[in-house]
Amino acid sequence: MTEKLIFELGSPGRRGVEFPAGDVPATALHELLPREYLREQSPPLPEVGELDAVRHYVRLSRMNFGVDVGFYPLGSCTMKYNPKVAEDAAALNGFANLHPYQPAELSQGALRLMYETQQDLAEITGMDAFTLQPAAGAHGEMTGMLMIKAYLESKGETGRTKVIVPDSAHGTNPATATLCGFQVVEVKSDERGGVDLAALKQVLGPDVAALMLTNPSTLGLFEDHIIEIADLVHRAGGLLYYDGANLNAIMGYARPGDMGFDVVHLNLHKTFGTPHGGGGPGAGPVGVKAELEPFLPKPVVIKQGDSYLLDYKRPQSIGRVKAFYGNFGVVVKAYTYLRALGGRGLKQVSEFAVLNANYLMKRLSNHLRIPYRRVCMHEFVASPPRECKERGIKTLDIAKRLLDYGYHPPTVYFPLIVEEAIMIEPTETESKETLDRFADSLIKVLEEARENPETLKNAPYTTPVRRLDEVAAARKPVLGWFPE
Amino acid sequence: MRFIPHTEEERRQMLNLLGIENTDRLFEGIPREVRLNRELQVDGGLSEMELSRHMASLAEVNTGVDKTICFLGAGAYDHYVPSAVKHILSRSEFYTAYTPYQPEISQGVLQSIFEYQSMICLLTGMDVANASMYDGASALAEAALMACASTRRDRVVVARTVHPEYREVVRTYLYGPGIKISEAPYREGLTRAEDAAGLLDQNTAALLVQYPNFFGCIEDLRKLAEAAHSVGALLVVCADPIALGMLKSPGQCGADIVVGEGQPLGIPLSYGGPYLGFLACREKFLRKMPGRIVGQTTDVDGRRAYVLTLQAREQHIRRDKATSNICSNQALCALAATVYLSLVGRHGLRQVAELCLQKTAYARNLLAKLPGYRLPWQSPVFKEFVIETKVAPEIINRELLKHNILGGLDLGRYYPELAGHMLFCVTEKRSRREIDLLADRLGAMS
Ligand SMILES: Cc1ncc(COP(=O)(O)O)c(C=O)c1O
Repeated sequence: MTEKLIFELGSPGRRGVEFPAGDVPATALHELLPREYLREQSPPLPEVGELDAVRHYVRLSRMNFGVDVGFYPLGSCTMKYNPKVAEDAAALNGFANLHPYQPAELSQGALRLMYETQQDLAEITGMDAFTLQPAAGAHGEMTGMLMIKAYLESKGETGRTKVIVPDSAHGTNPATATLCGFQVVEVKSDERGGVDLAALKQVLGPDVAALMLTNPSTLGLFEDHIIEIADLVHRAGGLLYYDGANLNAIMGYARPGDMGFDVVHLNLHKTFGTPHGGGGPGAGPVGVKAELEPFLPKPVVIKQGDSYLLDYKRPQSIGRVKAFYGNFGVVVKAYTYLRALGGRGLKQVSEFAVLNANYLMKRLSNHLRIPYRRVCMHEFVASPPRECKERGIKTLDIAKRLLDYGYHPPTVYFPLIVEEAIMIEPTETESKETLDRFADSLIKVLEEARENPETLKNAPYTTPVRRLDEVAAARKPVLGWFPE
Repeated sequence: MRFIPHTEEERRQMLNLLGIENTDRLFEGIPREVRLNRELQVDGGLSEMELSRHMASLAEVNTGVDKTICFLGAGAYDHYVPSAVKHILSRSEFYTAYTPYQPEISQGVLQSIFEYQSMICLLTGMDVANASMYDGASALAEAALMACASTRRDRVVVARTVHPEYREVVRTYLYGPGIKISEAPYREGLTRAEDAAGLLDQNTAALLVQYPNFFGCIEDLRKLAEAAHSVGALLVVCADPIALGMLKSPGQCGADIVVGEGQPLGIPLSYGGPYLGFLACREKFLRKMPGRIVGQTTDVDGRRAYVLTLQAREQHIRRDKATSNICSNQALCALAATVYLSLVGRHGLRQVAELCLQKTAYARNLLAKLPGYRLPWQSPVFKEFVIETKVAPEIINRELLKHNILGGLDLGRYYPELAGHMLFCVTEKRSRREIDLLADRLGAMS
């Protein structure tokens, strides 16, 4: 199945939407603009009717797999069900039609919603204050690390130029540290999948600004030395940064703030049920302990008496990371989710996310190699059985074959420290029968790998397109359609 | 339990397989000292019916541009959004997917991004565009970093006519790596090439300007490009995509990197986000580009297909050496822009642009004639203009609101020297009657 490009559809002169003719007296263009400012020709955008466009994009949608289509156990991404009522809420006129610069008295409902979200996220994480401005997790990381930088500088600690990142960390962590002007120091994981304490001690010193940690880690394991780690980092004068991508595992059970973290970012598009949008928009709120509060991006939503307002008077703020106040529409969805669940419901989310992951790990434990044989949290990481390697079967082949069974494959080749990693995160919104069916399918694929490896190497067979030539795509990049 | 499908029986079966009595056993790895021994104090537990009512009641407290006559712009614009855009965006095959890591089942998102990249190139006159950035401001900041990496220089010059919040964002992004910024002044609402040239030197990576600028005035890009290029710096242009339907593309005027805010292209105001940053450049800067890029290729059966490409720039491959840390972007907003641009098409975009231009000219003339109001500058504008007011902007706006009019931005808030000046915006949605009403009310106040 393929679909023409929108540029290859339609016919010259056709339009998808009509605008009314101008109702003001028209002035000759050259009186308004110097002639040389004008385009000679309109940009060659498509010339299609509304039906052409609608059919085209509906057909494209049918070539796409989302959570609403089927099971999507993409580790580290928390592909849970996105409640429809939240979509409706964000689309309400009273939210979708607000201009960011309209007076605060016209936006009290929106500001209250933001304020309460800040408060709730602080309670859930054990932090003192939150900003909703960052647009995604990585954006939150940048915000948090710049605050750490500004905080340390305010204490005269300008020699802290290094940031420690475990080798199991997500790529955005080291990339963020560099973006913020730090040098990255990688620290090994130990045989239990946690931070290697001896290695950590070796790199800690007066030049260290922070340790960036994901807990549960990207291996789906709780860092059992967390108290000791926090203590070591703090005693060395550094700060502890929490990558909250995996918060779905511990809500109501433990809070990063109580573990000693100084700064956290969350991904509303993971833990708080907002959709991933085909790659975004998400939102990456950042929470801090009181010492770092003055450095939050401005403005912050505050409450004065019975009214809510945007506070710009923040002289120590790192400034802004985004125009306006963040991905408000996404925050509306997360707020809706929070009010659906409440404190008790959030704890159940984590309870069942962890139960589902452990159940699935158990179901697959005789079929996959599980490098860390312990209770997992919301996800687990595995490698294909040895006989796969002997037959030349890679994780990629297993993933591609799962497509034929109607699944989005797990995350593959991450974290980097596990050979041929397969990272499975079922989330709490999936039922037992979905997990069972997935386990059965994966077991069947592994059987195929033994008996008929070629089936896997050439998979998938049933998808709209089959394996792509990615090397050609990178070697001779064709990155757009251009008129002849 | 909300959004959790397990029956009690299923839960028991699962625990049985695990050989445990209850789920608490699964959390024993969390050290006792850090366990939370109380319930989270988060309101909730509302049924869907109660929740709908609660959300509606919060929304009702707000008054949006559907209930007022909006003359407010300044980076967020009340343009018309064709119905079909919303309907396509509500296809959950799109919005419940994530980044298209598995191209075989993600051709929908991948092809739509490929079309989006193509459209951005057509509008900006650039060779390549990425799959999106968080918003216009962060796109501008990343373009500044990209210019520094490409030229191996560590200074940028940004025009004061660039959106003040965008300049703040650029400042924040450049604080990390310690890149120096200077600001070029304006005259008659425009950045003069000779003023910019005075700040540009052999260490300058880029000159950053906006087109049309924050005041609505149309910068002379050609001259600014010459000034930048004469010291080996790049010209980075932050453009309004609607204006590009009729104005010369920045590429034609010599720009090297073009970014902008895509919100005008079918994305609701939504109190400032989610919006869409676009970023495009000349091919020679491709390897320094941040973010996802989609390319065309073929599958094993020879079918044309699309895939994420040139990933060796990105954080998941290069880690601390990546061109940027961006991972999730604004893909669904890029889809909105793509559908919008398909629907308005080649002729519609120009028509929207001309409607904005004509209505703005009409409003500007009308207001300029009122006693107590004065145009500070005569420079050509597109869909926004600055006017000096005798009465304080704050008072004017409060009065306008009584007549259901959302007035212009009080510029004194961002430019101390422009206290007593307002920035009005007139999109294609404003009718002559509404503009006349604005003029009447303003006239009554002088
Ligand atoms: C562990 C981890 N950290 C950070 C991120 C970055 O989040 P985002 O994609 O929202 O920028 C991700 C997700 O992609 C992640 O899994």
